[in-house]
Amino acid sequence: MPEITMLEAIRQALFEEMERDPAVVAIGEDIGVYGGAFKATEGLLAKFGHERVIETPISETAIVGAACGMSYLGLRPVAEMQFIDFIACCFNQVTNFVAKSHYRYGAPVPMVLRGPSGGGVHGGPFHSANPEMYFVHTPGLKVVYPSTAYDAKGLLKSAIRDNNPVLFFEHKFLYRRVKEVVPASDFTVPIGKAVVRRQGGDLTILSYAAMAHVALEAAASLAAEGIEAEVIDLRTLLPLDSETILDSVKKTNRLLIVHEDTRTGGIAGEIAAIVCESAFEHLDAPIARVTGLDTPVPYSPPLEEHFLPNAEKVVSAARELAKY
Amino acid sequence: MPNALTRDQYLDLYYYMQLNRRLEDRLVTLFRQNKIVGGVYSSLGQEAVSVGTSFALEPRDWIAPMIRNIGALLVKGFKPRDIFTQHMAKFTSPTQGKDGTSHFGDLKVRHVVSPISMLGDLIPVMTGVAMAGRYLGQNIVAMTWIGDGGSSTGAFHEGLNFAATQRAPFVLIVENNQWAYSTPVARQVPIKNLADRAVAYGITSKIVDGNDVVAVYETTKSAVDECRAGRGPVLIEVKTMRMKGHAQHDPAEYVPKAMFDYWKTQDPIARYETYLSEHKLWDVRKKSEIDARIERELDADQKFAEESPMPPPELAEQGVYCDGCHTIEAEWRRPKKEVTPPAASEEAIWQVADFGAFKAAPPTTAAPAPVAARAAVSEGNGADSSIVANGETESAKQVPLRVPFGRGPKDRSVELERRDKAAERPPQHRPHHHKPHKKRRR
Repeated sequence: MPEITMLEAIRQALFEEMERDPAVVAIGEDIGVYGGAFKATEGLLAKFGHERVIETPISETAIVGAACGMSYLGLRPVAEMQFIDFIACCFNQVTNFVAKSHYRYGAPVPMVLRGPSGGGVHGGPFHSANPEMYFVHTPGLKVVYPSTAYDAKGLLKSAIRDNNPVLFFEHKFLYRRVKEVVPASDFTVPIGKAVVRRQGGDLTILSYAAMAHVALEAAASLAAEGIEAEVIDLRTLLPLDSETILDSVKKTNRLLIVHEDTRTGGIAGEIAAIVCESAFEHLDAPIARVTGLDTPVPYSPPLEEHFLPNAEKVVSAARELAKY
Repeated sequence: MPNALTRDQYLDLYYYMQLNRRLEDRLVTLFRQNKIVGGVYSSLGQEAVSVGTSFALEPRDWIAPMIRNIGALLVKGFKPRDIFTQHMAKFTSPTQGKDGTSHFGDLKVRHVVSPISMLGDLIPVMTGVAMAGRYLGQNIVAMTWIGDGGSSTGAFHEGLNFAATQRAPFVLIVENNQWAYSTPVARQVPIKNLADRAVAYGITSKIVDGNDVVAVYETTKSAVDECRAGRGPVLIEVKTMRMKGHAQHDPAEYVPKAMFDYWKTQDPIARYETYLSEHKLWDVRKKSEIDARIERELDADQKFAEESPMPPPELAEQGVYCDGCHTIEAEWRRPKKEVTPPAASEEAIWQVADFGAFKAAPPTTAAPAPVAARAAVSEGNGADSSIVANGETESAKQVPLRVPFGRGPKDRSVELERRDKAAERPPQHRPHHHKPHKKRRR
């Protein structure tokens, strides 16, 4: 079995789900002949035809609205945002129509909204965003943000089979940079379950997506200094796997949260609150966080590097925690 | 006797319109008695729109009503008790108190999508419904309504443009009641007819007197038939008048009194009563029979609603997600093998007829030239490749694109270019893009 990239894993998940179930259709801009801006849908059109690989005008509201309408008849549309930043264009459709549908009148919306997100590729303020928290704050949605090829494939399959609207964030920095051997069998990864990537007893580093890799890199450096960090990859942000988080904090007594998203209103704040509510007496140190700056994502490489968390920043924050 | 409908159906039109009006009258009374939790958005004077349009649909068709389309909900089979309990936020309401007014629906039996308060968003959603119905071979039509005010939103444009590119079996009723809250239509839209917008989307449109229920029905029926035949979306502008304020709290003092006075003479129910009498479709006895039936039903349903309990507070926590409470299964009316490899095809299906042919848009709202629409294909045999092939052949004959972008015929650069070229060529041979549009023939 050859190693595949995260992008290929996503493509395979789409292929296999469309093959498995004719109710699965893909909809988005340039996803057909061109195969998508990042080629995540390459080859789908040739295999499944125009009825199932629906190329749309540049109309994000129409994409999400139509996907919602299709799901009402029992289809399972997978809608693509060319860049996840453009989800802002259909914010109303996602947060008011799709998210509230089941609660308001018992109409489930089994759709997936996926797209490339995140920085590190010098995309500038409109092609680098991590807008996940707008949606983590929206009851009715599920929010998934994988960091490996295996998880991307398994989680996308779970998302397509889920009866609820799932926002599936694909970190574009990881698209072609992470590779692994993925089993040929039909497997899924459950939504709502975090995973412990590295065992350790001195502190917990919580992260997801590209920052999960930064956290692992930092943990390796810390190990050289004699600090054993436990690294947790959240994988799903909504619903949040509080159990795995709390278990780890109870074991290590120190918590560092790392995310690429901006600081204020980022998920670190929510996790800190959960830990304070449920494991306060286990904490030996204040909860620390390393995050993106409270700015738009800047374009120029030195500016963007300054914006983004990195292993060095994580290591120095972890050292401070370890002193307690 | 007019023969578009049976006598019973003509009487049904009256029943639904009068039921709609009498129901709303009662809602107003309940509102004044403080028994309604939220607002009451009257459709007084617009009953012919809700009833006449939805009456043209079949049970398998889908609708998404707006706030002033209670009549359409009644035609689709919802009962007055559903409307009463929704407004009174009762546990027995279709949403169990989670949403109010006409914000409810039923995907399984009545095929009704619930509206949201943000205007225009139903248009892309119902486009998706229409596309899914076609994909599954169900031969359905999807319909929604939008006001003159709502037609200014971005979702309206995105949705209608997408529906048009997909040739979706979708009917959009633009309910021009002349007032968007307090803003007159002239300040919303700088054109005389909202139907004129259809030209820009390349779809058919119609204009109808919204206070004439028979005309509304017949116009909608022909649109629905066109849609079902695979000719793409239809926009119907229904001209009517909102006879109350935006909601009960709004006395609508901004509407000139003369305007109300005029439109009172156009009352859709009074007009239809005259119609029924003139065509001898009923007599006084029949009318009082229907009216008595309406009051009886409303009495019973209002009583039911008033006696219904409020929801238990803990219900607020439930139902955010579908945790297996719904079985999601598409209803296939065509063989699945048509959409699974290798039968699925990668060839282009929709072609824009006359692309680059320098034909001006038709001056009136006429049907676009027929194209090889997928709808027509899936109507019969979804895998019929000959129809697709026809579309391909037609496109091969198309004139290459030569549009003088951004230059009108009076542009100085066009004039200079024309003179330059005229000097090089025989005078009778004029280049393409200088020809007046009307002389161009294919």
